[in-house]
Amino acid sequence: MTAYAYTEQPFVRPPELDGGKTEAPVAIVGAGPIGLAMAIDLAQRGVASVLFDDNNVVSVGSRAICWAKRTLEIFDRLGVGERMLEKGVTWKVGRNFHGTEQVYAFDLLPEDGHKYPAFVNLQQYYVEDYLLDRAREFPDLIDIRFLSKVTDHEDRGEGVRVTVETPEGPYTLDADYMLACDGANSPTRTRMGLDFSGQTFEERFLICDIEMEESPFGDRDTPERWFWFDPPFHPGKSALLHKQPDNIYRIDLQLDTGADPEAEGTEDRVLPRIRAIVGDKPFRIDWLSVYRFRCMMLERFVHGRVIFAGDSAHVVSPFGARGGNGGIQDVDNLGWKLAAVVTGEAPRALIDSYDEERRHGAEENILNSARATGFMTPKSPIEALFRSETLRMAHDQPFARELINSGRLSRPCSLAGFPLQTDSASGQVRPGTAIIDAPVGDTWLISLVQGALTLVGFGGVRLPDVEGVRRIGIAQRTDDYPCFGDMEGYALGRYGMGKAYLFRPDGHVAAVFATPTAAGVAAARDRALGRKPVLTEAV
Amino acid sequence: MPERTIHASGFAGRGDDIYAALLKAHEGLTEAESHALNARLVLLMANRIGDADTVSDLLKTARSYAE
Repeated sequence: MTAYAYTEQPFVRPPELDGGKTEAPVAIVGAGPIGLAMAIDLAQRGVASVLFDDNNVVSVGSRAICWAKRTLEIFDRLGVGERMLEKGVTWKVGRNFHGTEQVYAFDLLPEDGHKYPAFVNLQQYYVEDYLLDRAREFPDLIDIRFLSKVTDHEDRGEGVRVTVETPEGPYTLDADYMLACDGANSPTRTRMGLDFSGQTFEERFLICDIEMEESPFGDRDTPERWFWFDPPFHPGKSALLHKQPDNIYRIDLQLDTGADPEAEGTEDRVLPRIRAIVGDKPFRIDWLSVYRFRCMMLERFVHGRVIFAGDSAHVVSPFGARGGNGGIQDVDNLGWKLAAVVTGEAPRALIDSYDEERRHGAEENILNSARATGFMTPKSPIEALFRSETLRMAHDQPFARELINSGRLSRPCSLAGFPLQTDSASGQVRPGTAIIDAPVGDTWLISLVQGALTLVGFGGVRLPDVEGVRRIGIAQRTDDYPCFGDMEGYALGRYGMGKAYLFRPDGHVAAVFATPTAAGVAAARDRALGRKPVLTEAV
Repeated sequence: MPERTIHASGFAGRGDDIYAALLKAHEGLTEAESHALNARLVLLMANRIGDADTVSDLLKTARSYAE
């Protein structure tokens, strides 16, 4: 049904079926966006992985489409960001309507000086395709096995034994760690009997992608996010409209509580709903699905040698685009830590910090997406009353506009206050914050900083030479390390003059120094690598 | 235009927290109980504001939306 031309990936007979062995420290279950990004992140650090997927094509249906600025910056580091930017539909303005009248518009990135925009809309199959192409650039480090279903695993303390079923027979493979990137219905999670709890929303939503030449956004040709409460074409319910590449548009429609998903998923039922929105303009349904949203997470993401990332660890409703984006932030957080542990650079405790930091991220995403979904689907007459009066007053009261919740869009998660960060009051940007981009020299700060522990000096601050820490100077001159200009003043404006920032390999600020000494930077480095006891009171 | 005052946001970025707290306060109540809670809340807020002119202005603004 979809316009996208899928390429079937071949099954390649693995050495295990002929008595051979594969030496790879990491086994990854699931070759979706999270599994593929994990494999690439590890490969870029020289760590080999075997990636298993029970299917042989990329994402069926466009599914996740809204990729946030922070995610694009992470994808930039993984080598696919620019391709996504080129193909994707860039947008930053959202409009909320009540009935036919616009009550509130927001600009998610009102300032210049960033490599990536607030959001790019791009179908998940393109993202997976680009990731797969990128992964193929590491033939010695990434072993992708399609039509290979992981049916069992055994955590043996020193590693994990994975059982795999293939068209040509079963085999087992031993790895140091197994990453469960096997999605919202994670078979790994089920096999381990782990509690996956939270909230299920009763209302069903129809998610539909349509292909059409003319824009359903009316006369505007600037892509935006449009959200309606109680629109004339879908009375009493909510609706969402997004543009994707290839003239594909995403429409989300709230259905009645107890709507029959089978019946609602038929074209007979869907076509009139879409016509009510787009009018007489010709269109074709590309993909559709009827969902009931869940906001749920695992109690822990790390279970011995088995680590969960992405939807297998946490699911959210789509309002706020916090599913795929949250998962990529998991990858960003886990990649460098797992690589450092596998190569012996850091103690295993570093992996526990992934559990702690990303559970915090997942909780934040769940809180925001649950509130947005709650606002759309009032549970009681009194909730409906609060909402209708909020919407009524929002037409002219700015305070009420702030309460309208059609989704709080994915923002980078702050890791402030967690043990890997060295607390400091000296900088404009607090430790734990994700890197804020700026144009420097003929490149971008994200390109210089992400990937490895990096100490950046802004303005006249000398950086000491510390083992394992890369140095970058901004708006300063020295022969000791590479320096870049800040012609437009964005970098100094964002970070402050005369400060040094230590960035973690995932671009989060680990420490800020007014006067960076070798000992001070080394201590912050050790702390960021989990070398110091992470929980001092537990020692 | 009915008589009303326009109010900028005073939520200091925590509007969602306050809205969630409001709904939570009503959880599990019958509709009648909810209306009673709202009445108590309005009285408490009026007392907290204290100034009769301010309260009167807010009431006028709230009333102005009733059709």
